[in-house]
Amino acid sequence: MIKLFLLLSFCASLFAEAFSGEVEKQSLNISAIVMFVLFVGATLVITYWAAKRTATTKDFYTAGGGITGFQNGLAIAGDYMSAASFLGISALVYANGYDGLIYSIGFLVGWPIILFMVAEKLRNLGKFTFADVASYRLSQKPIRILASFGAIATVTLYLIAQMVGSGKLIQLLFGLDYEIAVILVGVLMILYVAFGGMLATTWVQIIKAILLLSGASFMAFMVMKNMDFSFETLFATAVDVHPKGLSIMAPGGLISDPVSAISLAIALMFGTAGLPHILMRFFTVSNAKEARKSVFYATGFIGYFYMLTFIIGFGAIVLVSTNPEYLEAGKALIGGNNMAAIHLSHAIGGDLFLGFISAVAFATILAVVSGLTLAGASAISHDLYSNVFVEGKTDEKKEMRVSKIATVCLGLVAILLGITFEEQNIAFMVGLAFAIAASANFPILFLSIYWSKLTTRGAFVGGSMGLATAIILVLVGPIVWVQILGNAEAIFPYKYPALFSVTVAFIGIYLFSVTDKSQRAKNEEKAFEHQFIRSETGIGSEGASSH
Amino acid sequence: MYADIYDKIKADPEFQALVRQRRQFSLILTAITLLVYFSFILILAYAPEIFGRPLFEGSVTSLGIPVGIGIIIMAFTLTGIYVKKANTDFDATLNRLKDDVGVKHD
Repeated sequence: MIKLFLLLSFCASLFAEAFSGEVEKQSLNISAIVMFVLFVGATLVITYWAAKRTATTKDFYTAGGGITGFQNGLAIAGDYMSAASFLGISALVYANGYDGLIYSIGFLVGWPIILFMVAEKLRNLGKFTFADVASYRLSQKPIRILASFGAIATVTLYLIAQMVGSGKLIQLLFGLDYEIAVILVGVLMILYVAFGGMLATTWVQIIKAILLLSGASFMAFMVMKNMDFSFETLFATAVDVHPKGLSIMAPGGLISDPVSAISLAIALMFGTAGLPHILMRFFTVSNAKEARKSVFYATGFIGYFYMLTFIIGFGAIVLVSTNPEYLEAGKALIGGNNMAAIHLSHAIGGDLFLGFISAVAFATILAVVSGLTLAGASAISHDLYSNVFVEGKTDEKKEMRVSKIATVCLGLVAILLGITFEEQNIAFMVGLAFAIAASANFPILFLSIYWSKLTTRGAFVGGSMGLATAIILVLVGPIVWVQILGNAEAIFPYKYPALFSVTVAFIGIYLFSVTDKSQRAKNEEKAFEHQFIRSETGIGSEGASSH
Repeated sequence: MYADIYDKIKADPEFQALVRQRRQFSLILTAITLLVYFSFILILAYAPEIFGRPLFEGSVTSLGIPVGIGIIIMAFTLTGIYVKKANTDFDATLNRLKDDVGVKHD
């Protein structure tokens, strides 16, 4: 407890320093800092509580498997509703109107597919990570190496994007130096994950989800109240004041050509079903029934949240873009479009509510990076260390130690990369993370569940081909090749490679599986039958008997 | 250690029927989701002006708004339908099968 107290006062002094430095620029600080310190304090108490309940690897990776469907649904929604989606989508609506809704829908529709195709099978077959499922009847080493590579790549890219975003956001909201903000986020996330494991991570996620949903609900409610609860009035007022006029009510430039449209759709759908930190959440519930409920609640919360961000974006057009208090001389928003939701919170609720929303945005970042770090650490300790390097010849204690070391290392790497990439264009990173998840993680996971003729060779070669294609096409595509490397023209003309890389992965896996005539391949096909029955019934699955 | 149970369950015609039913149900719901979403995307790609039309004579609200919100509500409703059916009908059958082979369930 003493440690916690020390850390708290450390945080407080950090803020106090920042506070004295930048009062003029950040008039919000007091309420924001008080609420943020309250949040950090509460989550550290939870971490302390969770740490005492985290003794085994099962506790560490899956919170002992005792999370309910409703709680897990909230936590999944928490994982998915990042600060980037809250601020980013409301910013997109603020700038382009309808396009923001198109984007949200893409992020949402992956969820029903996950429920119908993979959620319960995943729960019935897996233990701690999605690699457990992918390697269920295949050779452990190659499949785990590939799956954990996919997992670590996805997690790292996502982490960098979150870290850089968080550094900039905190700089804006609290007036902290960029480096200090990144280090603070990194240290807190290491504490949550290393000591509290999945239990602390889940509860941090749940609390943050509730705070974010309540805050966003209040904002949307106040916007609608201002508009006499009429959408027509909201839209008509927005069209009147927006520089783009009536065109904000129609699809704009987000979807430019059919190939990009379909490619983005595939990346979002299959990518969601291949994100390691999301997939891992299905092992925290006790059975398939709870796994299903998780997705139902998660879809509801996420869908509701996207509707709120749409109203918030339009609310910002009406209430923020017309108020000189929030604008720079050139009519641009102070702090950029990503601040639309933040300014709106001030416009409707004054300093106090602005403080609340700022603290919630910070909490959101912390919760999301913790989930990511836990997923990355699990891939390292459970897949790479335990099942590849020592080939299962380990015990709980050692694996726990490795997972904690992995957490600390990942945290440090995230801090370092976050600082390194401060001035870099990182717009491609989340897109690349989704592309890798869709092209490497998802195909091997999906086919290992449904296709009896999948072989180790097919999964390894095809999965690697998908992974390589995704990375190469992003590198030679318009964002990296032209915008970052400064070449005149992209070798690969589309921003989103998923349509091509996912196709390559599936074809590769198919060809290298059906032409595999080895004895191992025959055994793997034979093993499918029992795997299939377990996936359908849950008989023999983790947690079905214990606890 | 579950090999015998798996073989027993597999031989049960009721299990075969359950798997078939459940797969059909999942596939139908998946097909609806994909159909709706890809129609939405293809309209956006080929004829985006459709969604820009006013919802009714003289309204600022465009047709795209209820369509978009409708897709969000549909996604939630479909997951609800699936969970309802799976957690009641399918699970009841499955629990009966588990009783037959002597496996505990909740």
